[in-house]
Amino acid sequence: MSSEYRTPLAPEEIERNFREIAPPLTDAEALFEANRCVYCFDAPCTRACPTHIDVPAFIKKIASGNLTGSARVIFDANPIGATCARVCPVDVLCEGACVENTLMQRPIEIGRLQRYATDYAVRTGREVLKAGAPNGKSVGVVGSGPAGLSCATYLARLGYDVTVYERKALPGGLDTYGMAEYKMTQRVSAEEARQVERLGVKFRLDTEIGKEVTVEELESRHDGVFLGVGLGETGRLNIPGEGLEGVYDALYVIERIKSRRWETVPVGRTVAVIGAGNTAIDAVTQARRLGAERVLLVYRRGQAEMPAYEYEYELAKQDAVEFLWHTAPVEIIADGSGERVASLRCVRTEPGEPDASGRRAPRVVEGSEFRIDVDTVIKATGQQKMREFFANIPGVETDKAGRVVVEPETMRTGNPKFFAGGDCVNGGREAVDASQMGKLAAQGIHLALTGERVEFAGARVPLTEETQNVNAH
Amino acid sequence: MADLSVDFAGIKSPNPFWLASAPPTNMGSMVERAFDAGWGGAVWKTLGEPIRNVCSRLAAVDYGPQRMMGLNNIELITDRPLEVNLREVREVKRKYPKHAVIVSLMVESRREAWHEIVKRAEDTGCDGFELNFGCPHGMSERGMGAAMGQVPDYTCMVTEWVKEAATIPVIVKLTPNVTSINPPARAAVRGGADALSLINTINSVMGVNLDTLVPHPNVNGMAAHGGYCGPAVKPIALNMVSELARDPEVTVPISGIGGISTWRDAAEFLALGSTTVQVCTAVMHYGYRIVEDLIDGLSNYLDDKGFKSVNELIGASTPRVTDWGNLDLNYKTVARIDHAKCIQCNLCHIACEDGAHQCIPLVQLEAGRYPVVDEHECVGCNLCYLVCPVPGCISMVRLDDGTQPLTWRELTSRQPQTMTAD
Repeated sequence: MSSEYRTPLAPEEIERNFREIAPPLTDAEALFEANRCVYCFDAPCTRACPTHIDVPAFIKKIASGNLTGSARVIFDANPIGATCARVCPVDVLCEGACVENTLMQRPIEIGRLQRYATDYAVRTGREVLKAGAPNGKSVGVVGSGPAGLSCATYLARLGYDVTVYERKALPGGLDTYGMAEYKMTQRVSAEEARQVERLGVKFRLDTEIGKEVTVEELESRHDGVFLGVGLGETGRLNIPGEGLEGVYDALYVIERIKSRRWETVPVGRTVAVIGAGNTAIDAVTQARRLGAERVLLVYRRGQAEMPAYEYEYELAKQDAVEFLWHTAPVEIIADGSGERVASLRCVRTEPGEPDASGRRAPRVVEGSEFRIDVDTVIKATGQQKMREFFANIPGVETDKAGRVVVEPETMRTGNPKFFAGGDCVNGGREAVDASQMGKLAAQGIHLALTGERVEFAGARVPLTEETQNVNAH
Repeated sequence: MADLSVDFAGIKSPNPFWLASAPPTNMGSMVERAFDAGWGGAVWKTLGEPIRNVCSRLAAVDYGPQRMMGLNNIELITDRPLEVNLREVREVKRKYPKHAVIVSLMVESRREAWHEIVKRAEDTGCDGFELNFGCPHGMSERGMGAAMGQVPDYTCMVTEWVKEAATIPVIVKLTPNVTSINPPARAAVRGGADALSLINTINSVMGVNLDTLVPHPNVNGMAAHGGYCGPAVKPIALNMVSELARDPEVTVPISGIGGISTWRDAAEFLALGSTTVQVCTAVMHYGYRIVEDLIDGLSNYLDDKGFKSVNELIGASTPRVTDWGNLDLNYKTVARIDHAKCIQCNLCHIACEDGAHQCIPLVQLEAGRYPVVDEHECVGCNLCYLVCPVPGCISMVRLDDGTQPLTWRELTSRQPQTMTAD
């Protein structure tokens, strides 16, 4: 880490910069907002939610003073409902679909209401989910991120003996190690994992499949296996200088930030972040909040093609991040010692011929090279797939992009004993998407092991025709 | 999980939540959907000679942005043929043996008419009758509905007629459009009623369209009074339920009706002496689905209180209702404002200035200008507490030690010995 640059910010200032971006609702706010919800039938917010939480129901239970019931409705459809309340891109999900957008151009604050209810359950220790009577069958869950926690929860509710294998020291996956710290602290994710544990699920931390436990052992110990291993490290830039001191994987930096031991976070005076997805936004905003003087986001395409959400882009602009669109790094140049980053050599690009994804591939503009002085380079260009891991499991297939191939309703892989869900299947989307896949996988595992079809809350959204004859949930 | 099942005058119901006799119980397919949603019982929309309804049957009073806090209807009893309804009642009862299926009846005031409809309806296998002595419009002009409920002698007489023919429990539904609810209730009990249900709707006119000068609801430029219901009427209904629950001459169970929207409302009716509750307006507003939180909320409440059964809640507050003359005059409270929570809106000040006793001056404290209660002047009326928008900011604090209660009765009694406080 650079011993020359020290953030000019005092710890109190950093703490202030990292305070919650969406603080909890007060009781008065929650009551007001819950009553503002019109209580739609066949609500668009429920349809928009990937786990199809019955949103009007949980909101009306806040209004009626049945907070226990409200938390139950949430966790019933989404075991990581506390995390999602803080990190879901609600602007493009539930809140984006809310009818109040049309009525008053102000959607109901569904995310914050969800937090209000789940906070209540956590604070009061209400057990809103119950473990099922033991059914004598065992399932191994690999990975304790949103997909794994979700799958483990539903299996435990069905009475399975579940063991979760997690290679890191703390459970939660990216909920613990990857969410922007101003959105959510590690404590929230830890509490959610504890909730899963209280259902009787066993956690083996610091345990990597392929190292401490082999795939064969996993297979022989359990009647079924769920793979929620997520994605791997950020891909390489494949440019000279990538190995220099001062070049970091975004995931590494964010993990350091989430420990809240600010002095251990490598942030310099001028930080360049390569990439323009949501992780890149997390990296640039948090770098600024740590006190970097100048933070640049470098992206080889234009703003219109930026993968990050619009509201994330707005956040980065508010944090005074600079955007270098149509810019690609070609070399990371060392300082005098030859070991540390000192500058970044870039070229301008322009849209060329369409590539495999249909987007126009960036084409280098001749003679457009330029240099920027930076002391930190953070790679946020997307995580690689865990191809090697899956190659070691006979029958499990991956597609051209390295994503595990599964049956859409059951999440079953090519190996009938193995099921998968989350980022390793969808290529890297939201925590809530992973949660839903964990639910479907639990249903799939149960069907495979017992022949019984179960349908958990929010497993699917009713077809429009069915809502003519809807029953209570 | 507390047991929510109840036995209402011999009628078993899996939970205390019934649908009231109204459009939501108009036909069999609707009642079946309601039972599937979780309702424990349903009172069919009143059977009798089919009528014709008008168009524009409902009007409402909104409260700010909240729609329909009070609803009014000028709809009459069923407009469907009797045989159709009876057939559907039989079918529903067959399919849902464990749910309470009650048939509401209203016919002209002849013993033979009542005997006939009772016998035909009992054939369906339904669990009980509800006698509609309360419809306040349309039917009362024909000598039915509220015309029965407003004259205790008629109430008693028709109840007797029905009891001559019925072998299943008979519930008499009372109208609130009376001077006192006790006489008609006692009359129904004297006539042999096995239970009472109240309230039916309240005479009302909902407002006037100030552009057309036609009152609501508008039927070709004219209006008629209708029956008021919904959240707005709950306190009126609670009063009447509690009066009957503590009336020694009312010895039968009560089904509480009137503005029940949430589980809390239901719990309040149960606490004041209802064994079942009936809901209409909230279902018309939001659908049968509301029963889920009624059940869930009540269950969680009972569990939190350590009640094993809903029966432990029924009537739990009845002993606490008394005549004004028995209230303790020496119970002294004053308002206290928590300045840490106060947002300085000053509503408590102006309410007390113009609506009470001028006890909350605005005082310049170190932290700013705040309302401060003068406890010597404060009469403990609660007004500031009721208008304050901040939860928990104003509390009513008791000052007396409770060792010397004194009631008005005692104070004005000519007898030297004191009456014991209730």
